[in-house]
Amino acid sequence: MKVTIDAELCQGQGRCFAIAPDLFGFDDLGNGIVIGDGVLNESSLKHAQLAQANCPEHAIFIEE
Amino acid sequence: MTDRPIVEDFATDFDHLDPQWVNDPYPIWEDLRGRCPVAHTERFGGAWFPATHEGVSAVAKDSDHFTSRAVILSYNRPTDEDLPAPIGLAPPITSDPPFHVDARRLILPAFAPGPINALEPQIRELCNRLLDKLGDHEIINAGDEYAQFIPPGVIAQMLGFPPEDENIFRDIIHNIIGSADLEDPAEIERLQNQTEAYFDKQIQDHIDNPRDDLTTYLLNVELGGQKLQHDHVRGTIILILVAGIDTTWSAIGASLWHLAQNPDDLARLVNEPELMPVAIEEFLRFYAPVTMGRMVKDDFDFNGCPMKKDDWVLLGFPAANRDPAAFKDADKFIIDREENRHVAFGLGIHRCAGSNLARLELLVAIEEFIKRYPKFELADPGVVTWAPGQVRGPRNLPVKVLK
Repeated sequence: MKVTIDAELCQGQGRCFAIAPDLFGFDDLGNGIVIGDGVLNESSLKHAQLAQANCPEHAIFIEE
Repeated sequence: MTDRPIVEDFATDFDHLDPQWVNDPYPIWEDLRGRCPVAHTERFGGAWFPATHEGVSAVAKDSDHFTSRAVILSYNRPTDEDLPAPIGLAPPITSDPPFHVDARRLILPAFAPGPINALEPQIRELCNRLLDKLGDHEIINAGDEYAQFIPPGVIAQMLGFPPEDENIFRDIIHNIIGSADLEDPAEIERLQNQTEAYFDKQIQDHIDNPRDDLTTYLLNVELGGQKLQHDHVRGTIILILVAGIDTTWSAIGASLWHLAQNPDDLARLVNEPELMPVAIEEFLRFYAPVTMGRMVKDDFDFNGCPMKKDDWVLLGFPAANRDPAAFKDADKFIIDREENRHVAFGLGIHRCAGSNLARLELLVAIEEFIKRYPKFELADPGVVTWAPGQVRGPRNLPVKVLK
């Protein structure tokens, strides 16, 4: 499982890095970025899903 | 002021300055969602209001059909000549693509989480200075004596403007976002000149005495190898000041208004301070202060609505936040709501550039207030007044501090 942010959709709402700071950071414009390779384990998957469910722009994707 | 007929039917004759809308807009929006859901009015020269999350989202993300060259509805509807796209009066909020992207990139770094989070200690200090002034009075005004004073201090510092000019800021904001009712072009021009003169004076002071602040940065920064035009610098500064003050003040006030009437929520925040970031998002969803505006670029059909060139669209992010199609129990304030895709800061390319600052100010303002006053209630619900127009929040907000 892997989490990604679609940079075209992300508008810097700032929800992902507030909810899951271990998974997401931000660039110098304040847009969200995935920290590292984005590979998820059981516990980080939950955090990624919560961030996804709070992204107003629907910019977070979780792939098998 | 316009002699304003009372609205009989908000579906065909809506008016966001109508007393019913100003005092309690939520039942109106619920009604519209059930039967309309895009309301229309001939007021303001013709305007539309999508009441659903889906409709708001569609307009916010469609810069092909909707222009941002004017974002505050008024009777003084600009023509193509008045406000040439793509720059507009206050870039980037009044800019359209592709210029918008570049204008926005110039200011985003200053409002990114890094520099904004560094302001936390001084925001906390400012809140505590205000709370010290309120002292141990039994009745305090959480709006006029507290919420109101938090954002101007921060914005004045970021721009490098004299902090003692707070009253001038208030007048300017009133002139710009409180002028929807004005019809006399001479009066509108007089206010505009007055506003521009103030900003020109501040800009000149920064040209003469450059320093480490946003104003100096905007004077020196280059776009496409050239320094910004004076109108661009001034417009962006006006935007930062206007968009950064009333909005956050309204969010702080509305949150305190809620806590004053919901002792269980107040007690939970006092006892579980770690809940605050989640609660802040629910305050933002439930009491989103900001409604934006767009203009229709050319005649076109939007979900069966025959929109005409230069019609206004009132972009109701607060209404979208109460749409049950987008939020479970949308009409309930749930302080620990886990899933909350609220759109208080807008959607798409015009997402509020100051959202990180607004969140921080809101969080610190509420934290410090409830630390100082863990129990309080409305002193008199009947005297609370709400700001009319596109930024909604309580202004007169007397609360009674309980022992």
